[in-house]
Amino acid sequence: MTRNRTPLLFAAVALLFLLTGMYQSWNLALNILTMALISSIMALGVNMQWGYAGLFNTGVMGFVALGGLAVVIMSSAPIPEAWAAGGPRLLAGLLTGAVTIAVAIFAWGRLPKGRMRNVVMAVLLVGGFVLYRGVFDPAVTAVEAFNPATAGNIGGFGLPSLWAWPVGALFAAIAAWAIGKTALGLRSDYLAIATLGIAEIIIAVMRNEDWLARGVKNIINLPRPWPVPYEVELQKDPGFLGWVANWGFDPATASSIVVKLIYIGLFGLVLAGLIWMSEMALKSPWGRMMRAIRDNEVSAEAMGKDVTRRHLQIFILGSAALGLAGAMLTSMEGQLTPNSYIPLRFTFLVWVMVIVGGSGNNWGSVLGGFLIWWLWVMVEPMGQWLIGAVTAGMPDGALKAHLLESAAHMRFLTMGIVLLLVLRFSPRGLIPEK
Amino acid sequence: MDVLNALVAFLNFVFVPAVAYGAQLALGALGVTLIYSILRFSNFAHGDTMAFGTMATILFTWWFQSMGWHFGPLPTALLALPFGIVVTCALVLGTDRMVYAYYRRTKAPPVILVIVSMGVMFIMNALTRFIIGVGEQNFADGGRFLISAGDFKAATGLAEGLAIKSTQAITVVVALICVGLLFWFLQKTRAGKSMRAYSDNEDLALLSGINPDRVVQITWIIAATLATIAGVLYGLDKSFKPFTYFQLLLPIFAAAIVGGLGSPIGAIVGGFLIAFSEIMVTYAWKKVLGYLVPADLAPEGLVQLMSTDYKLAVSFAILIIVLLFMPTGLFKGKSV
Repeated sequence: MTRNRTPLLFAAVALLFLLTGMYQSWNLALNILTMALISSIMALGVNMQWGYAGLFNTGVMGFVALGGLAVVIMSSAPIPEAWAAGGPRLLAGLLTGAVTIAVAIFAWGRLPKGRMRNVVMAVLLVGGFVLYRGVFDPAVTAVEAFNPATAGNIGGFGLPSLWAWPVGALFAAIAAWAIGKTALGLRSDYLAIATLGIAEIIIAVMRNEDWLARGVKNIINLPRPWPVPYEVELQKDPGFLGWVANWGFDPATASSIVVKLIYIGLFGLVLAGLIWMSEMALKSPWGRMMRAIRDNEVSAEAMGKDVTRRHLQIFILGSAALGLAGAMLTSMEGQLTPNSYIPLRFTFLVWVMVIVGGSGNNWGSVLGGFLIWWLWVMVEPMGQWLIGAVTAGMPDGALKAHLLESAAHMRFLTMGIVLLLVLRFSPRGLIPEK
Repeated sequence: MDVLNALVAFLNFVFVPAVAYGAQLALGALGVTLIYSILRFSNFAHGDTMAFGTMATILFTWWFQSMGWHFGPLPTALLALPFGIVVTCALVLGTDRMVYAYYRRTKAPPVILVIVSMGVMFIMNALTRFIIGVGEQNFADGGRFLISAGDFKAATGLAEGLAIKSTQAITVVVALICVGLLFWFLQKTRAGKSMRAYSDNEDLALLSGINPDRVVQITWIIAATLATIAGVLYGLDKSFKPFTYFQLLLPIFAAAIVGGLGSPIGAIVGGFLIAFSEIMVTYAWKKVLGYLVPADLAPEGLVQLMSTDYKLAVSFAILIIVLLFMPTGLFKGKSV
């Protein structure tokens, strides 16, 4: 049983997807599968941080959103007028801000303790802030003034969407470096609270800085990644139409299924590559060192391991995986909507995947990603069916309407219950760490 | 130069709202800090406990209103508050029996309890959404203003008005009563002393015959009571929306940590510190400065350090700075 446990569990989850396809629709099943692949990559990222190293990161949402931002910056169409209006000045403003912080950190380290240092720090920070706003604000006004109905932002590079994926990982990695430098020294639950807040700040920036990605006005019509065609173009392609007619499929359904299959192939490749790398890393001396640090920091330190550096390293790696998943998600959806990033969906749900799947085990996280995402999507119709059955005999009225309406909230309840049950009865998850 | 008008504008737009908000945060942070010092974990479900308690109170308020019961000039919600507290305490004690007690018995590490509280957060969130939905609810009734801006202007002849909403006044009064009672309880009563002993040193407390289950139960009851009161006050002052309460978790944590987790005084100071900085950094100072400097020097822009949407960023910047330079907070909290 234990030896066959992993394949059996994966077969069971595959069966869930097959049943969905057979009894509901293949389109739905494939839809869930694409998102499940992305969720698994997120779960892998969290598992690197929590499972290998015991770092409690509740800022998943922020890194995922940064990946999405990368897609906008890399692959949305350039807006030369807006860039000319204030682009260079924006960069100069951001540079001023960064230099101010760097100088302040440098001065803090160099100056002797005392009143002198406090005065210098205050002057540096206040002066830097005023200078930053002085350079930055006019540029923002200029950029946002250009064609605010459709643009109002600096635009992107217009590069292929696929290129944005590694850049998404890079964005998340840079953010993780900055966060790790300041917050990784904190105790586990302080780190959790700090990262939770930082994620909210990242979302707040994306919501309010209209010059960057139009804020809550959203960016739409981002290009699809390279091999994925558009459904409408497939339906015009005579080769495709002939092939579809040959098999007797409906062109509309077939084109949407083909697009999803290509996405699944693409995401599957990325996931497979990541699993391979994580498995190799976990088996290597480096992986053993990480687990040794996780299990006993003091003794690992006594063996001469640099715990702080290793923590920073794994924090950056895990966050990069999250950024990659975020970029994949945004380039598939073709739009960036900052308001859709909510912590329950993007942070805590990923945590449920990792805990349920089995923290410390890459295959466990992947299984958790598939299973929990399937559940997340399917609980709503199941809840609707259940509540429909319960209320069938009730007279029409406010209570019945309210109950039917609240079926949508079943998913939160289910996720909470699943998490608590797993923590209670199988705390090491479905596929425990070896 | 018009110092008096500047002062009134400052009081009206910064001081009064910040005091009310600070009191709400302080009550929430007290609950977080008490749970931390007795049960030794950061309770992620606290924001949703607040939401649940407020929801229970709102339901009783609606019922009382439909029966035609009112509380004179005060909001009916105050009449419903004790009932809301009882329901919330029952839920929280039930959760402890069914969920947390097991992990205390098995002596699970604190970080596991944090993850468990994430699960509880999901469930409480769902319960609130099930029962009252996700929409915004206004349940304040009774008198609107203690002093209205118009009355103040008429009485003093100043150009600026000072408005104090009755909900703001109620917040401060209720918070003062709660804090007074809490400190009296912790300092003077036997149960309160046993709580402090248990928080300082669990082993010694157990050795001296303190019943740990009782201490834990009292802690949950106090935390749920404070959470419900804080939630209802916040809802009366602004409005009730479940998602907002989840987000309140962040400034509440910031307040508790800045003050020092485990220190009740720290939680109160932290609450006001966070509230004042949030409001002062995001307030547009144009009006106040306009009265203070000569007309030709008056600022053109809004003189706003950051846009109001960055409130959260302010509380977290303070949190990070305090953690970096004083890892145990301003009032020497504890660390597990």
